[in-house]
Amino acid sequence: MAEKLKFAFSWNASCGGCEIAVLDIDEIILDVLEKVDILFWPVAMDFKKSDLESYEDKSIDVGFYNGAVRTSEQEEYAHLMRKKSKVLIAFGSCAHLGGIPGLANVSNRDGIFEKAYVSTLSTVNPSRVFPEPESIVNGKKLTLPEFYDDVKALDQVVDVDYYVPGCPPPPDLIAKAIDAIIKGELPPKGSVIANEKALCEECPREKNKKKIREIKRVHEAVDDGETCLLEQGIICLGPVTRGGCGARCIKANMPCRGCFGPVDKEIDMGASMLSAIASIIDEDNLTEEEQKKLVESIEDPLGLFYRFSLPVSLLRRVTLGGGNDE
Amino acid sequence: MNENGEPNILAFLCNWCSYAGADLAGVSRLQMPTNFRVIRVMCSSRVDPEIILYAFKKGIDGILVLGCHPGDCHYINGNYKTERRMIMLQKLLGQFGINPKRLKLGWVSASEGARFQEIISSFAREMEELGKLELPITEVS
Repeated sequence: MAEKLKFAFSWNASCGGCEIAVLDIDEIILDVLEKVDILFWPVAMDFKKSDLESYEDKSIDVGFYNGAVRTSEQEEYAHLMRKKSKVLIAFGSCAHLGGIPGLANVSNRDGIFEKAYVSTLSTVNPSRVFPEPESIVNGKKLTLPEFYDDVKALDQVVDVDYYVPGCPPPPDLIAKAIDAIIKGELPPKGSVIANEKALCEECPREKNKKKIREIKRVHEAVDDGETCLLEQGIICLGPVTRGGCGARCIKANMPCRGCFGPVDKEIDMGASMLSAIASIIDEDNLTEEEQKKLVESIEDPLGLFYRFSLPVSLLRRVTLGGGNDE
Repeated sequence: MNENGEPNILAFLCNWCSYAGADLAGVSRLQMPTNFRVIRVMCSSRVDPEIILYAFKKGIDGILVLGCHPGDCHYINGNYKTERRMIMLQKLLGQFGINPKRLKLGWVSASEGARFQEIISSFAREMEELGKLELPITEVS
């Protein structure tokens, strides 16, 4: 039998769902394990950083890095995984786009610490103790990774070969990616392993002419279960989001929130979605004032349009202090 | 900011009304500030919000988008689309910590050279007051 392929999985700034998603391929994992050795997978087996460090450079065939890069430790792992892997895959929305942790780019370290360790109602911290990279306890020095001001996607730190998108990546896409790796049939470097077209292309809902007269949030609407959600006035990021997920949220009657990121030629998801919404307002039946009011009624365009992609968007993060535009 | 310490201003003018209006301002020899650059577009709705965000990222301090007056659009409804986009975009810019005043939408017809002069001059003054747009690090390796 030919030599087995070697895989490594590294968990960084993410919820851990991507790690579990690997197991969601169910019994296929048994076939995979016949052809693959896993050299590093802290979530499932007892591995230490020293194990990863001890491997020869480029000795791992495929490294899966999930999660964004927010701390010095995660940055170190990004470089380590790059050094040890022949092919590095940004696995899941956080590594691909920054993901939900990337929304922290509306604030910075001080703002996040203030919220997490002081101002929340359930927190009692009168002496304002914050995590520090170094602290002395009983004469011993303890260290923690440094917490950065800015959250980055993986390709903003190291060179990335492929992207497997999704929050988390759906099992069939993972199986497809692993299958392609085993057979050596990978697409050109830099490809996102999903569809090239937008989600609307694969959406099962009925689509007509889009002319909306109201914009509703999910909890304010009664979905008819059949028509395009945008046509019903519920903001769905399908037009600006890469397909390949099988419209799993839509099938659960929830609008797309954009976890697969932009399609190939699109630069900025927020700008594109904003443009799309402006184009589908019903001009014939609304006065100019009503139209303006309608688009103004979107409460939080930043959070809505850049939910998964703030760190890879054009402006990347919110200006805080120092700027002259406060 | 340009080398004279003036704000960099970009003006997107629609081919059918505003560009002709600016042209009229020019041939009428109306006095105007010089720290703006014009990009002619077929319609103000051609100005994709991505283009505006990109321009801010590349060091532009203020952006003017000028189109035909409501009802006068050469393409019937392009300027209404632009207006709706700009409203959302201004809100988004505010969330990003950028003063929404840095993006302005206006209407100038082909016969309104004086109006063009007035809009560009007052916008340039406003941008002078706001000063340079300081963005956080938008380029990462």
